[in-house]
Amino acid sequence: MTRLHIGSRKGLFTLARGARGWEVEALSFAGVQVTAIAPDRRDGALYAAVGHGHFGAKLHRSTDGGRTFVERTAPTYPPKPADLDDRDPMRQLPVPWNVELIWSLEAGGVPGEIWCGTIPGGLFRSTDGADSWSLVEPLWLHPDRKRWMGGGYDFAGIHSIMPDPRDPRRVVVGVSCGGVWATHDGGATWSVRGTGQVASYMPPEQVGDLVAQDPHRIVRCPAAPDRMWMQHHAGVFVSDDAGMTFRVVDNVPPSTFGFAVAVHPTQPDTAWFVPAAADSQRMPVDGKVVVARTRDGGRSFAVLDAGLPQRHAYDLVYRHGLDISADGGVLAFGSTSGGLWVSEDQGDHWTAVDARLPPIVCVRFA
Amino acid sequence: MARVIFTPHLRFAAEPRVVAGRTLGEVLAAALAPHERGYVLDDQGAVRKHVAVFIDGEQCRDRRSLSDPVGEDGEVHVLQALSGG
Repeated sequence: MTRLHIGSRKGLFTLARGARGWEVEALSFAGVQVTAIAPDRRDGALYAAVGHGHFGAKLHRSTDGGRTFVERTAPTYPPKPADLDDRDPMRQLPVPWNVELIWSLEAGGVPGEIWCGTIPGGLFRSTDGADSWSLVEPLWLHPDRKRWMGGGYDFAGIHSIMPDPRDPRRVVVGVSCGGVWATHDGGATWSVRGTGQVASYMPPEQVGDLVAQDPHRIVRCPAAPDRMWMQHHAGVFVSDDAGMTFRVVDNVPPSTFGFAVAVHPTQPDTAWFVPAAADSQRMPVDGKVVVARTRDGGRSFAVLDAGLPQRHAYDLVYRHGLDISADGGVLAFGSTSGGLWVSEDQGDHWTAVDARLPPIVCVRFA
Repeated sequence: MARVIFTPHLRFAAEPRVVAGRTLGEVLAAALAPHERGYVLDDQGAVRKHVAVFIDGEQCRDRRSLSDPVGEDGEVHVLQALSGG
């Protein structure tokens, strides 16, 4: 049975579809921020990362659909060399070799493999279901990693991790701000890719610099893994070659700014966005919450608003705040105002979940 | 032996722990199991930014290397710094 897991500022809410619609079934980690959620569909496990304000980032696993969790090992950085000058180029602050936030979790391509992206921008890999972790050093120690820079957070971070379902050694990650990075050999070597992105917030010489790009979120179509959709700080982009190149999609109504994107699991030309007024505001255009959907690879979009608040609504949807179920049948998104909406007809109609939730960080079907 | 008292928010350490050690680092190493350590210390072994440590009522000084001395009958409090919302 499909469940919907909501990571919020104040705990993990698990919802199930009952006779009266989607309803909250359980609350875990009450009072604690839940920063990332990942299902492992191979063994049914559910991973949840929490951020204790005082006690740091921790990781838990559930084997009963989110009713109970057991703490596992959280990733940690190795000792920072005493003589190393490692600073964020934007603010010149020393980069902490410390997991400040677990920002992304994804099951890998082989049993037991879990990938974890953090702020600062380290990528970690577990091969034993989060009993132990190792930092992917070839990426962390790559010379260009020192050019990654913080944006909304003080330090760069990895928010999107996309293993290739055809070959588990091929993984693409999205870094804010640091661009699109890929490995073909299970993490031993990495290179930046993604020509076609435009960093319009940078000086003219760096607009096309691949390392200066700020992808907000990237998703990959499971049935057509070369197709990736990206919500970037400076617009929407689509790739047909697993992120090697992107082309701009500039006709997303009512705005090409936003954070979240979802792609249909079997229809690579179908994707959804939750646009917001451009970066100086970061709230819905004209106080109306809408979803933009394309079904033709970005040539045209429909604005979906049935069931969504259209008056004085200031809900912002974060980058992990929109998801689609594995069978493509259900969509859900949650907002910083605690609004949560579900659609069972591809976004044509939405139903608000009857709950006043804390600010929502991430939304994930399992 | 030093006595280590933890904030009640650290539920794994509801009771004070009595351990040997001459410095804060030695005392915390003895008082915390490996999986508990990360709740008090960060990845580099420093006291977490939002954790406060007192030795006999005084804030510890060396939050990075934990070199503050702890007396034979010392009392260490591991508390939450006031923060958050």
